[in-house]
Amino acid sequence: MNRDTRRTRVLLALLLVTSISLITIDYRGGDNSPLDGVRSLAATVFGPVERVAAAIARPVGDAVDSVGSLGDGVDEAARLKARNQELTRRLRTSELDRNRARELDELLHLAGAGRYTVVPARVIAIGSAQTFSWTVTLDAGSRDGIRPDMTVLNGDGLVGRVKTVGPSTSTVLLAVDPESSVGVRLEASMEVGFTTGQGIRDGGDLDLRLLDGQSTVDRGDRLVTFGSQGDRPYVPGVPVGEVVSVNGTPGSQTRSAVVSPYVDFTSLDLVGVVVDPPRTDPRDAVLPPRPAATPVPTVTVTVTPSPKAGG
Amino acid sequence: MPSARVVLAVVLVTVALALQVTLMSRLPLPGATPDLLLLVVVALALAHGPGFGLVCGFAAGLGADLVPPADHEVGRWALVLTVVGFLAGSAHDQARRSAFVPLVVVAVAGAASVLLYAGLGALMDDPNVTWVGVRELLPTAVVYDVVLSAFVLPGVLTMARRVEPDQAAFA
Repeated sequence: MNRDTRRTRVLLALLLVTSISLITIDYRGGDNSPLDGVRSLAATVFGPVERVAAAIARPVGDAVDSVGSLGDGVDEAARLKARNQELTRRLRTSELDRNRARELDELLHLAGAGRYTVVPARVIAIGSAQTFSWTVTLDAGSRDGIRPDMTVLNGDGLVGRVKTVGPSTSTVLLAVDPESSVGVRLEASMEVGFTTGQGIRDGGDLDLRLLDGQSTVDRGDRLVTFGSQGDRPYVPGVPVGEVVSVNGTPGSQTRSAVVSPYVDFTSLDLVGVVVDPPRTDPRDAVLPPRPAATPVPTVTVTVTPSPKAGG
Repeated sequence: MPSARVVLAVVLVTVALALQVTLMSRLPLPGATPDLLLLVVVALALAHGPGFGLVCGFAAGLGADLVPPADHEVGRWALVLTVVGFLAGSAHDQARRSAFVPLVVVAVAGAASVLLYAGLGALMDDPNVTWVGVRELLPTAVVYDVVLSAFVLPGVLTMARRVEPDQAAFA
């Protein structure tokens, strides 16, 4: 027993040291860590497993809300209740299909407006909240033409950028992640700045910093991506969100504001990866038309110059 | 020829890894994600003791560090789950006598995993780790893990007992 305990302790120490060494190597390596090879190997091997698991888990997740009490099936009432539930479930499923079709419609509409060439993909895996990072896995990879640092969007606007790519899967860093920084431009005023994620799963807002401290920013101002050099990682013109509050006073070093993103990051499903950027910056063309303002009556005063005044 | 318990552990950890990212994190719950992988490690450790528990924890953690969409330093979950596996395994003997012990072990493991992982992040200046985030995750993580353990622990322990009746004589 004593020897057993000692062996366990040695093993514990050994594995702890191994973990710490791995963390150190990966942390020091930064963007080109020697462990990236192992990572992509894991994506190659485990990607297909996740695709299968997602295919199985998706209906389960969808059914979570529609699961009620199942009748015991002995008496007629219970049988009819079960039948009713079955019909409700089918109705829900067709509703899910309709939702999916609508999402695809919206995605194609946005991609068309910005002339982005997109590869559609679905979210198959989401990182746990406990990892403190906001990443998802898509069911499309290098075989579908996806490369690192491509823009990811959906029918509502900017989702994030591709971080790592496996043969059949790819991992996206969402715009709400605190490590994600997106160059943005205010609609119309052309002021530029950048947003970083606040990272809180259910608040999900972005922090906006404008480069020019003198610039004016107001509640309700809308943002689109500014476009990165060479269109990587962000293509220009993708709607990002709307300013909900402004901090600080004009004239400070930088102006900051809080932006509510257009995309609901808690219910991502169908997204598009921009594989080919637009030839010209779509400017504000992708933003949805502003809701029609209530007409304000204007009074026009016409003054006819009289010969007296002129004389 | 790997022993039956190793085969069972490999299967359970692989299934848990896949379901953790495809199903558990998709559940519309506020705060933390119920940690199926953690529960599998705790259950295997309770069934077979600290030595087996810490090896399972290391392997499961390394898996969680590598499978997409993981985006943090490799080794962080490995370190956390090695510790969790060892500690849960140390309660192997007490857990035989009381049904209450496994629940306490799960609650402590849930809290410890969040704190250890966040602590490692803080050491590396991870901008994602904030005190607000930890405060939000901690209570929900413990509650979800304890609730989920009511389903996972008996299942895994029954399988462990069936695979090696004399080794895991755990009630």
